[in-house]
Amino acid sequence: MATAAPTRRVESSSSWRLTDRIGLGLCWAAGLLLCLIAAGIVGYMAYRGLQYLRPHLLWERPLSDSDQSKSGGFFDPLVGTVALTVIGTAIALPVGVSTAVWLVEFGRPSWLARLVESGVEVIAGTPDIVLAIFGLVLFQQQIFALLSFQAEGNAVFGRSFLTAGTMLGLVALPFIVGSTREALQTIPRHVREASLALGKTRAATIRRVLLPAARPGIATGTVLGMGRIVGDTAIVVILLGATLQLQRVGGPPLIGDVRGTGSTLTSYVYNNSPAGEGNASEKAYAAAFVLLLVVIGLNLVAGRLGRRKVSWTS
Amino acid sequence: MRKPWSDDRAERVLGAVACLVLATILGMVVFVFAKAWPSFSHNGLSWFGPAHDGTVDDQLTAIFNSPAQPDRYQYELGAFSLLWGTILTTAGAVVLGVAISVLSAIFIVEFAPPPVRRVMTPVIRLLAAVPSVIYGLIGILVMVPFVGNHVVSQERKQSVLYVVQLTGTSVLVAVLILTVMIVPIMVSIMADALRGVPRSWTEGAAALGVNRWRVMWTISVRASRPAFIAAIVLATARALGEAIMLSMVSGSQGFSPNPLDGVTFFLEPTRPLAATIVDNAEGLSVKPFGQTIYAFAAVLLVSTFFLSLAGWAAKQPLKRYGMGV
Repeated sequence: MATAAPTRRVESSSSWRLTDRIGLGLCWAAGLLLCLIAAGIVGYMAYRGLQYLRPHLLWERPLSDSDQSKSGGFFDPLVGTVALTVIGTAIALPVGVSTAVWLVEFGRPSWLARLVESGVEVIAGTPDIVLAIFGLVLFQQQIFALLSFQAEGNAVFGRSFLTAGTMLGLVALPFIVGSTREALQTIPRHVREASLALGKTRAATIRRVLLPAARPGIATGTVLGMGRIVGDTAIVVILLGATLQLQRVGGPPLIGDVRGTGSTLTSYVYNNSPAGEGNASEKAYAAAFVLLLVVIGLNLVAGRLGRRKVSWTS
Repeated sequence: MRKPWSDDRAERVLGAVACLVLATILGMVVFVFAKAWPSFSHNGLSWFGPAHDGTVDDQLTAIFNSPAQPDRYQYELGAFSLLWGTILTTAGAVVLGVAISVLSAIFIVEFAPPPVRRVMTPVIRLLAAVPSVIYGLIGILVMVPFVGNHVVSQERKQSVLYVVQLTGTSVLVAVLILTVMIVPIMVSIMADALRGVPRSWTEGAAALGVNRWRVMWTISVRASRPAFIAAIVLATARALGEAIMLSMVSGSQGFSPNPLDGVTFFLEPTRPLAATIVDNAEGLSVKPFGQTIYAFAAVLLVSTFFLSLAGWAAKQPLKRYGMGV
């Protein structure tokens, strides 16, 4: 969006009516208030985080102990956050990109396309807590027993990295669909026509021309979605079993781990705050600071990626 | 080399994935309502009314402790205080948030000097990105003790001690933090809409001698009203569904604050629906209790569904003059 020309002369507000000047003042107040709040949050979390964060916390495993000096660090939650982000993205990325490509490039019949479009919007609007307990009832069905742990008496536990990751994939999905769609829609018609004129099929055009061109948009959406996965708490608290350490289920190494339960930085912060059982605010501050850094980092990456737009000259 | 996909095959596969997304939503609605049905059918419309004897929390405990025989399950529930808590926090945050968002969107688009504008964009993005658990942590460790120790006086605590304890976990803190959480959503949509107002309209007004504030207020804001409504709807959905932060700061007590209490009203604890689900997640395996919890989720699902619908409808007029959001 082109902003105002640099030589624009700004009129003085001193000649305005009083009501207009009050409005202008309120605008300044609201804008500065937001800046202050943001600075306050980051500043306070940095102050507390640097006060309590010690390097050894990053690789010590958490232990349940009421004494804060003995309750260990948050290595397992860190691993949990990374694992969940990987699983969630691995599910959301292919599904999201396919949905967006279908919507933009095919979209027939059109009523179905409209339905899918509004469906994605419904997912974006659904509270994550509802997604969480929907995931619980879904994955406790017998056919999903493989995804989690099965107790005696055939009851399926329904809580594991795989089930939580799947639901978190749904959280990230609208971001990926949205940005992929937008990227595809900005590709001009003549690019598609040129590819088709060279004798490529539509499928090949999508794969060789459109997807590479849309890559910056897809990457932005993916990183934004990852930010949401990292920051999500409700699904993790309910669907990951909220065990302090990673608890593996029997089976081959990696598969047994992802079928097991664990915790992430968000659930660690929640459980160590006065609202949870741990009530160890020093640990909560330290973990929250790390979490904030991760989220800010992801947003910086998304901002950087978003700026790298392919420019089309016609 | 493997044979490349034909167009037909690509279309069918991609379409199938898109339908999978639809099927998931359908599955969600079906599963949640199937689970929730006993709670609704047993209580009828009194589900939405006030609790008959005792509080909602007493009723929830009774449901949790109901006998194991299916024919003796307890379902008795009047969830009014939870609904009231949801309405209070959501409405409070949205009203407060709309005022701040409209003003700061105008500020960003029109009045902020370029250096300030360059700061504002990342600030809004940052506020939107902070996880709710961090907002909750700041709320419960900083704001709640502050309100409990300095804002609520001893006399005020004494005056309502016979109904409820005032500890600082309150509607006030919940509304304030929720406002900060939903403002960035609204600001980014509103600022986009204000920027999308055709330049000829604002320049025409300016050429007639209208000052910049009047141009914004009478031309730009009016033209982007549909986008503003869409933004408000999105923010409302977000506020309704916020669970973790509210469960940390709102007091976790099924109490309905009474507006007739004056200032005390803002300092009384409450507990919205979404927070109730988080707080009681351990009890999901107890069958009647789990069904009650799913009933809460069903109410949230229906409300957000209608909000999505309203947001979609609100955006339609924008397409008429080519100001897509």
